[in-house]
Amino acid sequence: MNKTLTLTISQKDGTLCLKFLGEITVYTLSKNQETIDKIDRSKLNRVEIDLSDVTFIDTAAGIFLLGVRKHFEALVSQTQLVCTNDEILRTLALVEKKQEPSKEHKERFAKNIVERFGKFIYKHYVAFLSFISFLGELFSASMRYFRSAKNIRYKEIMFEIYESGIKALGIIALTSFLIGVVVAYQSAYQLKIYGANIFIVDMLGLSILRELAPMMTAIVIAGRSGSAFTAQIGAMKITEELDAMRTMGFDPYMFLVLPRIIALMIAMPILIFVADIAGILGGMLIAHIDLKITVELFLERFSDVIAVKHFYIGVLKGPFFAFLIASIAIYRGLMVKNDTQSIGFNTTKSVVEAIFAVIVCDALFSIAFTNLGI
Amino acid sequence: MMSTAIEVKNLKTQFGSKIIHQSLNLTINTGEIYGLLGPSGCGKTTLLREMVMLEKYHSGNINILGYDLNNIGSEDAQKLRREWGVLFQAGALFSSLTLRENIALPLVEYTDLSPKMIEEIVRFKINLVGLKHGDANLYPAQISGGMKKKAALARALAMDPKLLFLDEPTSGLDPISARDFDALILELRSLLGLTIVMVSHDLQSIYDTLDRVAIIDHKKIAYEGTLDNIKSVESKFIKTFFGKYNE
Ligand SMILES: Nc1ncnc2c1ncn2[C@@H]1O[C@H](COP(=O)(O)OP(=O)(O)OP(=O)(O)O)[C@@H](O)[C@H]1O
Ligand SMILES: [Mg+2]
Repeated sequence: MNKTLTLTISQKDGTLCLKFLGEITVYTLSKNQETIDKIDRSKLNRVEIDLSDVTFIDTAAGIFLLGVRKHFEALVSQTQLVCTNDEILRTLALVEKKQEPSKEHKERFAKNIVERFGKFIYKHYVAFLSFISFLGELFSASMRYFRSAKNIRYKEIMFEIYESGIKALGIIALTSFLIGVVVAYQSAYQLKIYGANIFIVDMLGLSILRELAPMMTAIVIAGRSGSAFTAQIGAMKITEELDAMRTMGFDPYMFLVLPRIIALMIAMPILIFVADIAGILGGMLIAHIDLKITVELFLERFSDVIAVKHFYIGVLKGPFFAFLIASIAIYRGLMVKNDTQSIGFNTTKSVVEAIFAVIVCDALFSIAFTNLGI
Repeated sequence: MMSTAIEVKNLKTQFGSKIIHQSLNLTINTGEIYGLLGPSGCGKTTLLREMVMLEKYHSGNINILGYDLNNIGSEDAQKLRREWGVLFQAGALFSSLTLRENIALPLVEYTDLSPKMIEEIVRFKINLVGLKHGDANLYPAQISGGMKKKAALARALAMDPKLLFLDEPTSGLDPISARDFDALILELRSLLGLTIVMVSHDLQSIYDTLDRVAIIDHKKIAYEGTLDNIKSVESKFIKTFFGKYNE
């Protein structure tokens, strides 16, 4: 006998007999439903649901059977459920007692484009406000923080400088070195055409010191430390560690937020300095190999044409970028709700928003410096 | 003479449009062990969180040790926070610190005790709550749920607070530890004159330790008082919860 066949249908004189066999469980329901859906319902006046050969039903089957009965009750005048097995009847009774009729739940979609746009704008407006309120709280916390040197948590700051600064030196030097190589290689080709080989020094010096090194550092740090900050603080929120700190009178802003921001603001200029060196080294290597510019010549030209202000401008961007990355990351961490999903969501957001903010900030710097004639 | 440690007046709490408490009143006397009971989801944890200034309430008044939480300044709030210890439902130990560091943290931050003295205090607290010294160097992730509870209690007791808030302290403890815990609570109260507010579902612990209880049901206090005449109250929760318990 076919094991999956648990339903036979016979129809005569307008009487439909649904005869179920064996065990009806959650696994066989959809097959049964299919069979029932195919029944011709046009000439029915009586329906009999026969469970006398059924040995077992589970609660899902109970819900299903009651549903079938209800369905036919609405169609025909007479429906009958034949069953003698006490256990099955008890299961059916339990289901009937505890089942809550599922309401036709019509999710109202905001179809109107104006409504959707309005909701979208409002959501972002509220998010923006809450970030502003975070900045306000940050400001008032830092006022308290710097009121006395005793408050400053040197140990945490040192730890964070080590974690997000010193440990990132390698990857930042490597990235920047490769960027130097790539930029030099691409421009070497163009410069050779015009025989303007020596200008590679001007190009590299300006672009790396002013723009590329700070930017690369910021992007690596946003991915590395930004995501770490968000995940750490988010996890602490879920485990109620932040609440525990608050009840003990340890302000999370003093203990977690400010040390991280300060540490990153200190570490970033140092990292940019290292990125400068590595980037120029990369460029120098290609200039030597591809354009036959010796190291001495490169350095001589470098000190002739690249004013030191370009270096300062690049390094000066560091604390600003660091502040943006750290504050966005921590804000995102504090936004984590009480579920694990939102850690992932906020970490992603944190990195994307931090990189975006850094690029916007860099553009503003460019405009400002150009107008100032620096 | 009995003085009042905590007074809640006309409290209303609301999450979105869902009202959790509505004109809720209760009074907790100094030196008593006070229980907050009620069915799951009735807002016991929420009330506790409002008392320790983690959650804002909608309207009404909470007065703790003479401080009015509606208009408490940040300095006073800081002072108040050192007067209490809080045990969270899930422990909430600092996961980056070992148990020893967890317990020592408030001492390190708030006192200028020598490291040796702090170590002595920590060892004493670890002993007091029934943990082993070998466990003190483990991180919270390396210990069991019951041990977390004990360690969290030790941390809550670190500063010898006047006021102790406990959220389901005996849930997740084995029966022996749970009874030890009850004994410890009673002892602390009689030795240090602690005022203890606790949420509990553990009937044994409720009968053994609590002086007075408040039963929250349908957003209000259904009953406040001693356990002796609790069965006379008309409440479905009280009937089913206390009904079967016959001493
Ligand atoms: N942040 C929140 N947002 C929305 N609703 C909340 C929030 N926190 C709690 N609630 C709701 O408040 C009600 C009370 O929750 P609470 O945690 O205080 O219950 P409880 O009495 O401690 O229950 P239990 O005995 O199960 O611990 C619940 O219905 C819960 O859904
Ligand atoms: Mg609770």
